[in-house]
Amino acid sequence: MAKEQGIGAAVKRKEDLRFITGSGRYTDDLNQPGQLYAAFLRSPYARADILDIRSEEAEALEGVVAVLTGVQMAEDGLGDLPCGWQVKQKDGSDMVSAPHPPLAVQAVNYVGEPYGIVVADSIATALQAAELVTTEFRELDPIVDLVLATDSERIHADVARNLAYDWELGDAEATDAAMQRAAHVTRIEITNNRLIPNAMEPRAALGIYEAATEEHTLYTTSQNPHLERLVLSAFVQIAPEHKLRVIAPDVGGGFGSKIFIYAEETAVLWAARRVGRPVKWTASRSEAFLADAHGRDHLTTVELGLDAQNNFVALRVSTRANLGAYLSTFGSSVPTYLYGTLMAGQYRTPNIHVEVSGVYTNTSPVDAYRGAGRPEATYVVERVVETAARELGVDPADLRRKNMIPPDAFPYETPVALVYDTGNYEASLDKALALADYVAIAERKAEAAGRGKRRGIGLACYIEACGLAPSKLAIALGAGVGLYESGEIRVNPTGNVTVFTGSHSHGQGHETTFAQVVADRLGVEFDAVEVVHGDTGRVEFGLGTYGSRSIAVGGSALCRAADKIIAKGSRIAAHMLEAELEDIDFADGQFQVRDSNRSLSLGEVAFASYVPADYPEDLEPGLSEKAFYDPENFTYPAGTHIAEVEVDVDTGVVELVSFIAVDDFGHVINPMIVEGQVHGGVVQGVGQALLEHGIYDDQGQLQTGSYMDYCMPRADDVPDLVVDATVTPCPHNPLGVKGCGEAGAIGAPAAVINAVVDALGTNDISMPATPEKVWRALQG
Amino acid sequence: MQVEVTVNGQAHVLEVADNTLLVELLRENLGLTGTHVGCDTSQCGACTVHMDGRSVKACTVLAAQAQGAEVVTIEGIGSADALHPMQEAFRDCHALQCGFCTPGMIMSAIDLVSRNPGIDNAGVRAGLEGNICRCTGYHNIVRAVIQAAQNM
Repeated sequence: MAKEQGIGAAVKRKEDLRFITGSGRYTDDLNQPGQLYAAFLRSPYARADILDIRSEEAEALEGVVAVLTGVQMAEDGLGDLPCGWQVKQKDGSDMVSAPHPPLAVQAVNYVGEPYGIVVADSIATALQAAELVTTEFRELDPIVDLVLATDSERIHADVARNLAYDWELGDAEATDAAMQRAAHVTRIEITNNRLIPNAMEPRAALGIYEAATEEHTLYTTSQNPHLERLVLSAFVQIAPEHKLRVIAPDVGGGFGSKIFIYAEETAVLWAARRVGRPVKWTASRSEAFLADAHGRDHLTTVELGLDAQNNFVALRVSTRANLGAYLSTFGSSVPTYLYGTLMAGQYRTPNIHVEVSGVYTNTSPVDAYRGAGRPEATYVVERVVETAARELGVDPADLRRKNMIPPDAFPYETPVALVYDTGNYEASLDKALALADYVAIAERKAEAAGRGKRRGIGLACYIEACGLAPSKLAIALGAGVGLYESGEIRVNPTGNVTVFTGSHSHGQGHETTFAQVVADRLGVEFDAVEVVHGDTGRVEFGLGTYGSRSIAVGGSALCRAADKIIAKGSRIAAHMLEAELEDIDFADGQFQVRDSNRSLSLGEVAFASYVPADYPEDLEPGLSEKAFYDPENFTYPAGTHIAEVEVDVDTGVVELVSFIAVDDFGHVINPMIVEGQVHGGVVQGVGQALLEHGIYDDQGQLQTGSYMDYCMPRADDVPDLVVDATVTPCPHNPLGVKGCGEAGAIGAPAAVINAVVDALGTNDISMPATPEKVWRALQG
Repeated sequence: MQVEVTVNGQAHVLEVADNTLLVELLRENLGLTGTHVGCDTSQCGACTVHMDGRSVKACTVLAAQAQGAEVVTIEGIGSADALHPMQEAFRDCHALQCGFCTPGMIMSAIDLVSRNPGIDNAGVRAGLEGNICRCTGYHNIVRAVIQAAQNM
């Protein structure tokens, strides 16, 4: 019964039926009586002062209800959009966070930055009215170039050198000394290309205000509705928390881009209150390109020192990270705590130092995008290791193996602030090499050469820290909130189960996997468990979904709640069965008196708890329990990804011929879903390596603002993928699970580029390895 | 202007503005929100429906062009208790995650398979080039389409 659909089973998803029949309910599908529509006034310039906004003509247009600007928002007392992570600089001072009003008031700092909102009775009218608003700007020279930015004019008055922070981690002196003693030093410069997340559902918001009760409701495309409510009430102060309900219904993908507290959602709710009617806004894709937070965008110099026996002795990393025009919600943490801490990779490099300059530019804010810091770190480590192997003339797999942290070295404290809990890196390397038939690559290269193709193979042995996070550690590192998760299990009087989680699914399949966990723990049928998420009005609290934290943290919270259900149920059962509490065993949904045939089902106990006639006197009625789970450490998924490519020497086109991912996610709740997560992550990583690039021109105009210009991976860009696993269970959470959501995007870019480098025989190639770049590299 | 159009077997006479798109007619006038809008350049395919038996991107068709046409949307190909083989295959193969591209993907795939019985992996990949999915990496979508092709 339950076990067949319990932990470890490839159960088909509960959520699919509504999606395949077109009955999903996304934010833009929802409408309210009397609803109005919003369009935003957006800056056409990368940097300008706002001198005057004339909206009389727009306001006169039939159907226009209001034209509101940042000035009015400020007059209403709304606060800035905060950055949630504080970063301490090298000198101990705090990072410099520039004010970020939801709607710009005096100056605009990136193309697409909103400075006003038009509300009208139709989308067409709102858009037409926005065109009729005349805004006088004073154009200023935009600061776009990441290198020149720190020697340019100030974007924000209080930010010298446009530098948000100058941060470091690790022992600089020891690393310098070890580098001096190294027998060989490999040094490379690396660009990590700017990406635009592109969840397929554009962001949307529907704001509702009830004047009589002062209740605010915001339906929105959020990965973490409780955090949105917290920030909107505590910082933006749009409404007190008990008068604000945030609902994230079906959400069409996020990949990080829907974590953040944005201007538009805030403005829509504020506008709804101002005009006294519901207001809806749905981003066009063009708006999404301009105004969603982007990802990555690093320039890095990395040096790896090796001794005469090819042991890694020192790693020195210097990175310049583009943060965009403002610090987005988590923007400061991504190139620091989620990046520098991963520089040990899978290796026992004893001396590591990383320094990161976080730089403001007149571009869209940069924040977490699938992997968030860890793909960038993996790219740095795995590119320099690969290059070292080529320089030394040793097999790249052998060099990695020689330097890996061995399985008996855990827990392993790295020189960059993490303690890896468990792992077996060589096991996943071996499995991946076997699947790739690595030993026979020379034959495949020769065969390809006969067809005029250059074939290459590339590895990435990645590690990541996910399952954010131990609250104590995160807060010590500057996080403004705890990073636990909540879970509640309500056994209903008739014995079926409603589960409430503060985690949020926007494609991950929580309604299925979380039901599997609870069904398994409580011994009830999978179909008797319903999972509720994404509504601050129904779920007590939560921190949402990002950083591959849902099952490791949210699932663990549900395990704790299930333990409490069993504990209370045992007391009820002991009373009803006239037995001692110590003699009650719980298994497969039955409370049983040990060594007897007397038992009660969970349903019978639940019913008794709600109809408490024969019931313990000192026990409250009801069978509903909640738990907050705060992990003691991150989880550390790791694995080996191997890409094989063929390069057409005439055209420079790179064909990804095969991709093998062997990942260690510990125990797996639903292997079908986990494989799907790997597939999706890998193709996003392949997109970064070969196709995707967010490009601004020197005037700060986005050159890649549509699917005609920004190259998304399509079905014919990728082959079938080979996904396999090794298992070392996480030792510190009740399910033994690690996060699986980001691994694909973390390992794939380095694996693919290492394969391209192998094929070309030159290191002189950057992401994305477009046909033009590859062709030029081939011309030497 | 007035548009006469049959959608999922039901005839409608609708008063719409001249510049109304087919996808707006479906979503706003008829409340058929299974057809999604994922871009504004006719690239992503989330809005794919069938018009007179062929797949079209409903964001690129004026409602006026659907005058007299038979339109079928995701809501019209099957129901929760009688799924189309393509819907069944998508669920069976885990060919969807967030579900946003799924209706358009299914509508494109049905048209692709009906025009190309016995289609292979490369054919499916080429044929679905006009539908973008950001979640699945396409692996399971391709599996699903090939599986459905055997049952259609």
